[in-house]
Amino acid sequence: MTATNHTATQHLLDMQNVSIVFGGLRAVSNVNLYIDQGELIGLIGPNGAGKTTAFNMITGVYVPTEGNIYFDGKLVNGKKSYQVTKMGMARTFQNIRLFSELSVIDNVKIAMNMHIQYNLPEAILRVKKYFTQEEEVTKRALDLLKLFHLEQHADEMAKNLPYGAQRRLEIARALATEPKLLLLDEPAAGMNPQETKELMEMIRWIRDNFHIAILLIEHDMGLVMGVCERIYVLEYGFCIASGTPDEIKHNKRVIKAYLGGEAS
Amino acid sequence: MDSGFMHQFVQQLINGVSLGSIYALIALGYTMIYGILKLINFAHGDVYMLGAYIGFFCTSMLKLSFLPSIIVAMVGTALAGMIIERVAYRPMRNAPRIAILITAIGVSFFLENAMILFASPQPRTFPAVFSATVYHFGALVINSQQIVILVSAIVLMIALTYIVNYTKIGKAMRAVSFDADAARLMGINIDFVISMTFALGSALAGAGGVLVGIYYNSIEPLMGMVPGIKAFVAAVLGGIGIIPGAMMGGIILGVVEALVSGFISSTFRDAAAFAILIIILLYKPQGLLGKNVREKV
Amino acid sequence: MNSLRKADLKAFVAAAVIFAVIYGLLQAEVIGAFWELNLVLIGINIILATSLNMINGYTGQFSIGHAGFLAVGAYVGAIMTVKLGFNMAVALIAGTAAAGLLGFLVGLPTLRLNGDYLAIATLGLGEIIRICILNIDYVGGAAGLMGIPRLTSFPLVFWIMVAILFFIKNFKNSAHGRACLAIRENEIAADTMGIDTTKYKVMAFTLGAAFAGTAGVLFSHYFFIAHPASFTFMRSFDILTMVVLGGLGSMTGSVTGAIVLTFISAALADFPQWRMIIYSLTMIILMLYRPQGLFGSKELSMQLFRSLKIGGKKQ
Repeated sequence: MTATNHTATQHLLDMQNVSIVFGGLRAVSNVNLYIDQGELIGLIGPNGAGKTTAFNMITGVYVPTEGNIYFDGKLVNGKKSYQVTKMGMARTFQNIRLFSELSVIDNVKIAMNMHIQYNLPEAILRVKKYFTQEEEVTKRALDLLKLFHLEQHADEMAKNLPYGAQRRLEIARALATEPKLLLLDEPAAGMNPQETKELMEMIRWIRDNFHIAILLIEHDMGLVMGVCERIYVLEYGFCIASGTPDEIKHNKRVIKAYLGGEAS
Repeated sequence: MDSGFMHQFVQQLINGVSLGSIYALIALGYTMIYGILKLINFAHGDVYMLGAYIGFFCTSMLKLSFLPSIIVAMVGTALAGMIIERVAYRPMRNAPRIAILITAIGVSFFLENAMILFASPQPRTFPAVFSATVYHFGALVINSQQIVILVSAIVLMIALTYIVNYTKIGKAMRAVSFDADAARLMGINIDFVISMTFALGSALAGAGGVLVGIYYNSIEPLMGMVPGIKAFVAAVLGGIGIIPGAMMGGIILGVVEALVSGFISSTFRDAAAFAILIIILLYKPQGLLGKNVREKV
Repeated sequence: MNSLRKADLKAFVAAAVIFAVIYGLLQAEVIGAFWELNLVLIGINIILATSLNMINGYTGQFSIGHAGFLAVGAYVGAIMTVKLGFNMAVALIAGTAAAGLLGFLVGLPTLRLNGDYLAIATLGLGEIIRICILNIDYVGGAAGLMGIPRLTSFPLVFWIMVAILFFIKNFKNSAHGRACLAIRENEIAADTMGIDTTKYKVMAFTLGAAFAGTAGVLFSHYFFIAHPASFTFMRSFDILTMVVLGGLGSMTGSVTGAIVLTFISAALADFPQWRMIIYSLTMIILMLYRPQGLFGSKELSMQLFRSLKIGGKKQ
């Protein structure tokens, strides 16, 4: 009850003095971060800086040791991942986690599950509601796949898609949950410069088309600088800088963190 | 606390430790094989049955004494273990794990029924290799068989610990169970190491079989089913893949069973073993000596 | 989605035809008492295999304690008819509900475990159930519960089986079924897609256990007796083998696995000493050459027929 006297705010996502301790290790320390509706924010930092850990706290995988995380004015701490998703956050993973032995369209349909209204008996007895909703879901899933140029693969197994298409499917699947905030964990990992450039455009397009906020973790500085409006920089679990790409580019601590040397 | 209770308690403790050391011998093989292949080798209990039969053959037909019999049984089961691995498990190294598990169940059925076919389903009386001397310590009773079992089990466990920790093959086993791919890159012959693991684990089970034959005087083709499962419970209890854990798990299981049958009812003995298992799994699934690992997101 | 309803209708007609043929052969006594018994057993095993497939195949939760739920159904059903004098319908409902309830109660804590740990825990639970039954004098203890009337007939088994197959098929093709499949594929991803993984795991486990209970009621009311020795972990392995042999995650695979294994077992009944050896060798060889099971996770359908261009079994 010391530093955290300000509570729920009007920000979409608000991390207030958040820390997490694993054993003796303080993986994230006193991080303050906020995202407003429709913003495109980057979270960068060297390896092991605590970026993914921060992500995992936001999405309910880990519970912060100290501090609070608010989403849409509601407390996230202690919520399970699926509850966080229902609140309106969706994410992708650094190492792709598709439902690899299921069809591409089923991958997307599963993400729409929480919007399906029929219950178990209605599904077993196949009442009218079941058919109309299934039709609706199939249609919406196909529409979404079209937007990501995946419709021709709809009935293929997800694991048979080429790498770039798997990345796109993961994003499409996350969007199928109808989030207000999309969290992308190193979407450019394993991509060549050309693919990265396309990804950059796609991220901007998603934000504009779906009218959502995006939080991006990335190693690729070019990508982050190119698309993000504001950037947070983590190092050893601390937030060492935040601001516009220009401010970050000229920040001495950031340069030191990335190019080596002693942190002051 | 009246002395009658204490007396019975200590007596059951003695019984439990000798039974538990046999569980521990079987559990060691389970844990080593699981550690290296991530396979619950359901046929392991039947390898133990095989050891009992070889021991029976040596003592009753060939009239060998205890030491040569147990050595022959260990060599025989070691070979059996290596053959099982070579024929049934090695071709499936890259198959889904559940398929290998079904194969293991198949091997188990096969060994049991082959033994029924060749040796008849009737129980056999294991000849008394030792004059059953009973020693009294005050009111406590311990017989020569229990002493033999305990001494043998301890000697074997020490030998195993030495092999695993100080010999080249032991180091290779640990390396393979830690990271098979890295071990392969370091020039370790994985197939050979796995084969040796089966040989060692099966030899211990075979020794356990002979000891049980001596202890209960009776063997039969299905004798491996329940102790096999319980030995796996012991391995999980101690922390699967951890060698001292299997020893500890075996002893604890034996003691608990002895106490339950002594103080509650022998029919609940088996339920007690499984109840412990479930409690352990729910509160410390990695076992008593295991470390907590969590999937990285 | 009329095509879906049409497919259902076709499947139903096919089931009716199969029933008519078998029933006709039974009435004409072309099929004797021995094979009638095995037909009933096949029906019961199909229920067991497909219900275990919901847990192991669809949801990916490795359970090997199915015989425990079978036992609960067998005994609770028998208590209803023998001790309390109710009819078969009550017995079926009570046996199903009791096994389902038990599945729910044990599923809730144990489904936190995964992989081999869950397997060994369910195996232990199955054994605990059996040992408890063994110690209850009210149901005959080790001697078993005797004097159960034969209220199970081939038509009853057949139509209950068909109803359960429809249930499971519709379950798989619903949002609930997809949630289960997602859990099997990647539990963490399923969780982040808004799926309450615990809820669906417990749901699949409860339904699977309940159907095993149904099978248990049918079982004990066909064989006159409910005996603890029928419900050991060997029985659980049997059911698991049917599922894996047919192809984990394939309902038609489970059906085929149940038919094939029950058939092999029955056909070898005249050679009791070789029966289990051949049975076990079949298991090993099939796994060596086809580790994904006969059908993999695919469903047997007319389309698959056309692509394979070979004849086969129903459904």
